[in-house]
Amino acid sequence: MTAPSAPVIDAEGVGKEFVLRRRTRGLRRAATRVPAVSEVSFTVRPGETVGYLGPNGAGKSTTLKMLVGILTPTAGRLRVAGLEPARQRTELAYRIGVVFGQRTTLWWDLPLRDSFALLRRMYRVPAAEHRARLEELVELLELAPFLATPVRQLSLGQRMRGDLTAALLHDPSLLVLDEPTIGLDVVSKAAVRDFLRRMNAERGTTILLTTHDLGDVERLCRRVMVIDHGRVAFDGDLAGLRALAPVPRTLVVDLAAPAPPIDVPGARVIRTDGPRQWLELAGNPAAVIARVSHDHEIADLTLREPDIEDVVTRLYRERPDPSAPAIAGDVRHNVE
Amino acid sequence: MGVYTSVFWHGLRRYATYRAATAAGILTNSVFGCVSAFVLIAVWEARPGLAGWDAADAVAFVFVAQALIGVVAPFGPSLEIGERIRTGDVAIDLIRPVALPAWWLAQDLGRAAFGAVFRGVPTFAVGALLFTLTLPDGPAQWLAFAAATLLAALVGFGLRYLYALSAFWVVDDRGVQAVAWLVGPFFSGMFLPLALFPEPLGAVLRALPWSAMVQVPAEVFLGDHTGAGLAAALGFQAAWAAALLLAGRALTATAVRRVVVQGG
Amino acid sequence: MAEAGAYLRLAAAWFRSAAQYPLSLALLTLSQVGAAMSSVLAIVFVFGHARVLSGFDLGDVLFLYALSGLAFGLADFAFGSVEQLGTHIRTGTLDTMLVRPVSVLVQIAVDRFSPRRLGKVVPAAITLCYALPRLDTDWTPARIAMVPATVLCGAAICTAIWILGASLQFYVTEAREAANSVTYGGSALTEYPLSIYGQDVMRVVTFVVPLAFVNWQPALFILDRPDPLGLPEWVRFAAPAVAVALLACAALVWRTGMRRYASTGS
Repeated sequence: MTAPSAPVIDAEGVGKEFVLRRRTRGLRRAATRVPAVSEVSFTVRPGETVGYLGPNGAGKSTTLKMLVGILTPTAGRLRVAGLEPARQRTELAYRIGVVFGQRTTLWWDLPLRDSFALLRRMYRVPAAEHRARLEELVELLELAPFLATPVRQLSLGQRMRGDLTAALLHDPSLLVLDEPTIGLDVVSKAAVRDFLRRMNAERGTTILLTTHDLGDVERLCRRVMVIDHGRVAFDGDLAGLRALAPVPRTLVVDLAAPAPPIDVPGARVIRTDGPRQWLELAGNPAAVIARVSHDHEIADLTLREPDIEDVVTRLYRERPDPSAPAIAGDVRHNVE
Repeated sequence: MGVYTSVFWHGLRRYATYRAATAAGILTNSVFGCVSAFVLIAVWEARPGLAGWDAADAVAFVFVAQALIGVVAPFGPSLEIGERIRTGDVAIDLIRPVALPAWWLAQDLGRAAFGAVFRGVPTFAVGALLFTLTLPDGPAQWLAFAAATLLAALVGFGLRYLYALSAFWVVDDRGVQAVAWLVGPFFSGMFLPLALFPEPLGAVLRALPWSAMVQVPAEVFLGDHTGAGLAAALGFQAAWAAALLLAGRALTATAVRRVVVQGG
Repeated sequence: MAEAGAYLRLAAAWFRSAAQYPLSLALLTLSQVGAAMSSVLAIVFVFGHARVLSGFDLGDVLFLYALSGLAFGLADFAFGSVEQLGTHIRTGTLDTMLVRPVSVLVQIAVDRFSPRRLGKVVPAAITLCYALPRLDTDWTPARIAMVPATVLCGAAICTAIWILGASLQFYVTEAREAANSVTYGGSALTEYPLSIYGQDVMRVVTFVVPLAFVNWQPALFILDRPDPLGLPEWVRFAAPAVAVALLACAALVWRTGMRRYASTGS
């Protein structure tokens, strides 16, 4: 039905307005329209990996819910895998996999294996095909030891691997992930990212994910979209986002003994606490580190990356006027 | 003592937030009360004076029983302590300088107090509005009923505490709970007054702790017991309350020892 | 009927899962059997004191109970867990169901499907077998055919009531207990001849919540008794029409609720 080059997601002016009803006097009710997403337009082509970023309450999950057919948009045109999500929800379900990081799509009290068996029947995957795919996913995600464990007894990382398997058992062409690495430890995060990258590279699975973790974006997403106040405020690659809203990295230096603020070119002390000093880096960290370690006796060094919130916050501080043109060629309106 | 008072109020306030559930509870209890009342009225029409009651007594029994549901919780909710044992969270409770069973008792009495006032009284009021029913004779009888209700709450807690502790010895305690919620209403006389049960089944059930939850307080309400009889009825409830609470305390000690030894 | 197929496939998977804990399954089934038995026992105990209640003897009442128990039991067996809708909305599992290619109603209804749900049906079926030969009636072919037809229509009516009650939770998530007063309350009410509740209640359960068609009206035909409300003869055969109308109404209300959820997300 869809041509190979046709977009997997095609959003044109998609908006969602919630109607809040408040009881005013007695039984009379006043309705207020609250826009959650307004005129979001973008396309995602097959094989892309897109990070969908934005502060809390910016409209990320509302967009995601519209994409997978849980919520009906109030404006615009939306096509996912060539289908209209809210109206053709069931057909769409066969073609997409969905993972909610904050909650599992598996059955809490069932062993993983039983959850997978239920999903096979739901998606009507032929037994042989199911077995082969399950075997592959279980091996890639190292799930074999937990197949007999009820989901409630799994660690967060194990559960997430189970959820990923569940979302991919019917071989969807689009994978939608809402905060897939939230709360995971470093090892589990790396495993999830590696796995997603592999799925994208080897199977060509298109991936759209929301995250608060810059690491996810750096290791996974060639394309980044930032949404704020219900509008796409940036659409491009991570380097472009950083160039547009540069947030300096911070070098945390633990000196052998308390000392006056370190004075080196390319860095500025922003905070001190006994022997520990925080340096905001303007230039090349290697040069600064070399210089600092030459001048001082150092107990420890850490380089802190700015997180995504900082970048996004900076993006808005750079453009304080809410009606200023957005970077994606889009026009921002005050939605309050 | 202060800590248990505040736990009591905490338990009470917690249930006070479930307004919709309370309203729905009143509705459900009233509907079941009406159904039972009509059935018993038909029975007493066919057999006037059965069990020494008239129809108004039988209807009062039915609505007292429905009103007590919010107090003695024969259908649950189960106490959280079972879940806390299973998850090992009970170890956190052990750090607190309070006696565990007393803590849970204070909290559950808070729930019971809320249930009595905001669920029991309205349910009974619905019954009194729709049917002719017997009320206690004077303040002394009301006072006796209040005492019987308090003892019923203690017995109800004692039983549910033991059900919950079973989580410690039974891997999957859902079965235990299911059987408990079945046996409670039937054995307590809530479903059908024990007076209508054939003998010797009725006599056996009267001796078991469940009857102290509904049958005995309802009889006290109707004034079936006076003088020494009343003392005996309340004494029967008190004895079961004491026995169950002591058993609960002993089993808690055993359970706690195992948690401590096995590290949760 | 793709939905029925999905229901059966998923029920089979849940069944296999439940069967892995045989002891728990047995206890849970037993408690359901016990709950149904306690109703039967209560009836037997009551008739230990009164031989006849408003013109119906023990056999008649056990027959009424069996019809009601089968109808509610079968509805609960297949669709009882729709009452969990509010929980699914609160915990977000409804969203999970919405991204799967099976109707949400089927997914909720089949959720945690277990043979223990039959626990309520079996005692009712046994009671029916016990009561039928003890009924004092002239067994014409029409009366014989009416027995299975009543069970079928009764189950359909109860299913519709269950779904209607659950749909309330799209609007008030805590409405479950209130709906229970109609579903479980209705099941308790129809265990006895409706005539004992007086004319007002009988009118309500005939014209407002049509519980009278679950067992009472058809039973009046089978037992050949006059209708205390004096309703025309044909009302005794109206159960299929009532079932179809109520099911259509339930489907409509459910769909409206789902659409509302898709537009508000709550």
